[in-house]
Amino acid sequence: MGEYLLEVQDLKTYFKVKAGRVRAVDGVSFSVRSGERVGLVGESGCGKSVTALSIMRLLPKPAGEQAGGSILFEDEDLLSMPESNMRQIRGGKIGMIFQDPMTCLNPTMTVGKQISEALRIHLKLSNEGAKARAISLLDQVGIPAAHERISSFPHQFSGGMRQRVMIAMALACNPKLLVADEPTTALDVTVQAQILELINGVCHDFGTAVIMITHDLGVVAGMTDRVVVMYAGKVMETAPTEEIFANPLHPYTLGLLASVPRLDAVRQEQLKTIEGAPPDLLKPPPGCPFMPRCAFARAICKTMPPLTAVSGSMQHQKACWIDVTDPSQQAYAERRRQARAASQQAALAAFAETTTQSGDQATVPDDAEHAEKEG
Amino acid sequence: MVDIAPTVASETLLDVRDLKMHFPLTQGIIFQHVIGHVRAVDGVSFSIKRGQTLGLVGESGSGKTTIGRTLVRLYKPTSGQMFFGEQDMATLQGEELRQLRRRAQMIFQDPFASLNPRFTIGSLIAEPMHIYRVASRQEIRERTLELLKVVGLRPEYIDRYPHEFSGGQRQRIAVARALSINPEFVIADEPVSALDVSVRAQVLNLMQRLQSQFNLTYLFVSHDLSVVRHVADRIAVMYLGKIVELADRDELYNFPQHPYTKALLSAIPIPDPQIEKRRKRIILSGDLPSPIHIPKGCRFHTRCPMAQSICREVEPDFERKEGREHYAACHFSEKVADAPEKS
Repeated sequence: MGEYLLEVQDLKTYFKVKAGRVRAVDGVSFSVRSGERVGLVGESGCGKSVTALSIMRLLPKPAGEQAGGSILFEDEDLLSMPESNMRQIRGGKIGMIFQDPMTCLNPTMTVGKQISEALRIHLKLSNEGAKARAISLLDQVGIPAAHERISSFPHQFSGGMRQRVMIAMALACNPKLLVADEPTTALDVTVQAQILELINGVCHDFGTAVIMITHDLGVVAGMTDRVVVMYAGKVMETAPTEEIFANPLHPYTLGLLASVPRLDAVRQEQLKTIEGAPPDLLKPPPGCPFMPRCAFARAICKTMPPLTAVSGSMQHQKACWIDVTDPSQQAYAERRRQARAASQQAALAAFAETTTQSGDQATVPDDAEHAEKEG
Repeated sequence: MVDIAPTVASETLLDVRDLKMHFPLTQGIIFQHVIGHVRAVDGVSFSIKRGQTLGLVGESGSGKTTIGRTLVRLYKPTSGQMFFGEQDMATLQGEELRQLRRRAQMIFQDPFASLNPRFTIGSLIAEPMHIYRVASRQEIRERTLELLKVVGLRPEYIDRYPHEFSGGQRQRIAVARALSINPEFVIADEPVSALDVSVRAQVLNLMQRLQSQFNLTYLFVSHDLSVVRHVADRIAVMYLGKIVELADRDELYNFPQHPYTKALLSAIPIPDPQIEKRRKRIILSGDLPSPIHIPKGCRFHTRCPMAQSICREVEPDFERKEGREHYAACHFSEKVADAPEKS
């Protein structure tokens, strides 16, 4: 077996729709060592969940189409493997936790049946053996009175408890890799803390590698060893977790980190923003997909930069032509940001003026007038 | 009952006193009878000063959205008062209520559900202006164009439909609609929760700019404490239908006086691996109890790491802390700061 447990190489997953092809994942490469925790971060629509579904070969058919690349798991290509072999791996060697525990459990089966199903199929356990193991699994994921709860149905559990059941199912066969697709997005913060600690704990105990898919940079910081930042179906930057937070080198990563209000930092009057919205993947812009929103963008960005190692570290790679640490580039970006902010302020001032002129005195507070004169 | 109305009445825009909103639970098809109540909001009091933002935080099911909806009288409250200026919104009816609603507007959580897909965005934004007949058709159209510019959308988009816009753009449209009739008070119910991380900051900044330009007063409902810290001047923490702590922003974050607030703060992941490694979390066990069967005594005692026998019996008062505008409902609030943290 090679150095890596899982190697995703130049993965391309497209969806056929009436209007054409959506390039949901467009040339993604990354790898996971055994026992390593890798975070896939990005906004909705950046292709992180589709990457996970491609690994599990669970793409919706016939719309989803594997257009290229390979996914090597223990040196075998999952994409070219016959479905019967894939069924051995899915749920056996690779477990998955889905985002929404409400829709991903079967409402007509007791949770005990759902967990022991995997055990009977993959580990060939007897009915009694599977039941006993299901009870101990539920116990491990912190469900009180597991021997009674085993005959409950999913609707009898709360959201956090259902997610615990999902984790128990995913870990039932001691998988080598756990794919967790936004496991805590549907949960409250206090329950999120419980679930994240649980995933960390059990994966540490079993030596399971984790692919943690999330949009929450806070979750990534506490839960991963390495981060892959995705945008519009492409990898923008990848680095060890500490490195990427201390020394982000892609304008998108920089923007993401700056635009999130942080509980521990000094409060800013205005947040830094990334202008615009993610591109339409039916008609992706030529070149770097982030270019239309990027303050650093130059003419060269019309060609897509390759994902290359940053000098001094093989671990840190980025797909960007611009050196964001260069002061002259930073000054250029700052000028462009300020020009945008000025035009927005002008629109607001113009609007305030028409509001006061229209004689709508009853509802316009006097202060608006003052603010406008001063501004 | 503690009276928390500030002394200077003229500054206060909204004053809510002991507001209760109970929803009846019924059983039976033909002979329906009430078998219990969901006590979604169970006696809350707070006030908001003009031009300020009150952040309302809590987990799902804590009643924060119900408060927002009750404040614009989408629900008729079970009991309590809601003074908006001089008038009590809880009892107003008919034309008086209609006029009052003009001054209080709402922005909803899900911009995919709150915009009628059959309307163009121009007519969506103009609808409140037509309802209140603020100007002629032509003037309304001009004002709509201006509003689009203010929220950062191109005026040419005026005749497009909501499905042509992204989530962030739709939320800007919702903001424009709320502002179209110059409200004094805006209730924002999780306005950025449905948006992507990179788009959230745009909408938050827009709301802040509008607030300072028009001296707006916000009630900002959210489950995200880091967002609330960014936007709010004063913060109320809700748990199971009650406000358990209310204080100025920095005071609340630096010196929480309720164990629930402290646990919430410690549960939020911070985007910094160095800090995350060192942090010790207070992990609350279990889930929110059902609002139909609220625990006796302090409603937080079932999950509280500091609970004593008194907490199971006696419900703590919502008390003002010595010398500060800081209220908390806990028997042991002095000990919260130095309570041991479970690692």
